[in-house]
Amino acid sequence: MEQQQPDRRMRLRSGFKNSNLAQAWLVLLLALVFGSALAAVQVNLGHVIEANKVNETLEKIPELVFGADAARKLKQRQVPIEITPGTIAVEKDGRKAYYKLFRVTRDGTPAGWVIKARGQGYADVIELLIGLDDRAQTITGIFVLEQKETPGLGNNIGTARWRSQFVAKSTDRPLVVVKGGAKRPDAIDAVTGATISSRSVTRIVNRTIEDLRGRLIPAKIEFSERHG
Amino acid sequence: MADQPTPFERFIQGILPENPVYRQLLGLCSTLAVTNGLKPALTMAGAVMFVLFSANVIISLIRNLLKPHLRIVVFTLTIAAFVTIVDRFLAAYMYQMSKALGPYIPLIIVNCIIICRCEVCASRQSVLTAAADAVGQSIGFGLALCSIAVVREILGTGMLAGFRVLPASWPSWTIMVLPPGAFLTFGLLLGLVNWIDAVRSRKKL
Repeated sequence: MEQQQPDRRMRLRSGFKNSNLAQAWLVLLLALVFGSALAAVQVNLGHVIEANKVNETLEKIPELVFGADAARKLKQRQVPIEITPGTIAVEKDGRKAYYKLFRVTRDGTPAGWVIKARGQGYADVIELLIGLDDRAQTITGIFVLEQKETPGLGNNIGTARWRSQFVAKSTDRPLVVVKGGAKRPDAIDAVTGATISSRSVTRIVNRTIEDLRGRLIPAKIEFSERHG
Repeated sequence: MADQPTPFERFIQGILPENPVYRQLLGLCSTLAVTNGLKPALTMAGAVMFVLFSANVIISLIRNLLKPHLRIVVFTLTIAAFVTIVDRFLAAYMYQMSKALGPYIPLIIVNCIIICRCEVCASRQSVLTAAADAVGQSIGFGLALCSIAVVREILGTGMLAGFRVLPASWPSWTIMVLPPGAFLTFGLLLGLVNWIDAVRSRKKL
């Protein structure tokens, strides 16, 4: 303690340069400068990042309803495709589920639906976009928005080839996952080495269709503003 | 100050003689995590180069203002600011890559390579030396990441940066793109580098 007294006095005498404030001054100034720089970055990039998230979904929607080739042709011919986002609340067996969905119309006539659905996968939550025709009788396509399945095995659920199996499947009966080649019309061939991931996707699709069948009526849906 | 490395020496040292991954064994978390493909590895190397270069230059500019007991705070603050910029930039312009790299871009903040260069070089030497050091170390880091990524992606998927290089009949060794493959590949390559070094120094004697 005694040694600290003269030490402290010396520090005071040597003035501002060695004071605590002078030392913290650099840190505070840097924090301020970097803080403003980051705020500027956020102001400039924030809306781009938000748009990326929305676009990822919106860009996929036409091909989930019309198929990849048809969607490209429609875009080339500049056929107006309207995408109206909305939400629907479903009450079933005492549980309540909410789905985000998109109603797709082509040149004003209803073309189909795209529903956002999520469920547990092998590693983490899998989020899907499921395309249905206008009367919700057949699946028109699925897309994997979010997944953290095993690289090299489970993440093959995202490949166009595997997903294409769902196209044109009827919504009358739940789909079943089989191994080593699907023969029945309601069968989905599992990804090799990733039966659980395959089952998870199929289960999410089945559950969503069961929840929404007969309920995809515009009157029951809360629509928000329109895109496209 | 007289016997401190020159800018050119700093640059050369970072690439091979003091390679951050193979010689200093630093930054191994991201090294193991993002080397399952060449593209993520290159993105990570680019991000680290930007952060390291910016942090080194800033730290070198303010090196005379640094207080010894506050230097780590200043280093971390500077690094964190540039990492956040890179993270936002990737999310805005390379959205898919940003999603694929997940938490590993924000984790550059705790990458020891950068704080080590701030401490060893930038806080003691001129801006030019610090910049040369940053470029050299970043190239060294990038080369190390690519060497591991090339082996893992080719053996694991038969492809390189998305293009097929091995015939489709190649039975992709999936384990190579999974975490164990990272440890296996890195261990073997590290052994190889050490072996080459040992052979070379024996020849000199």
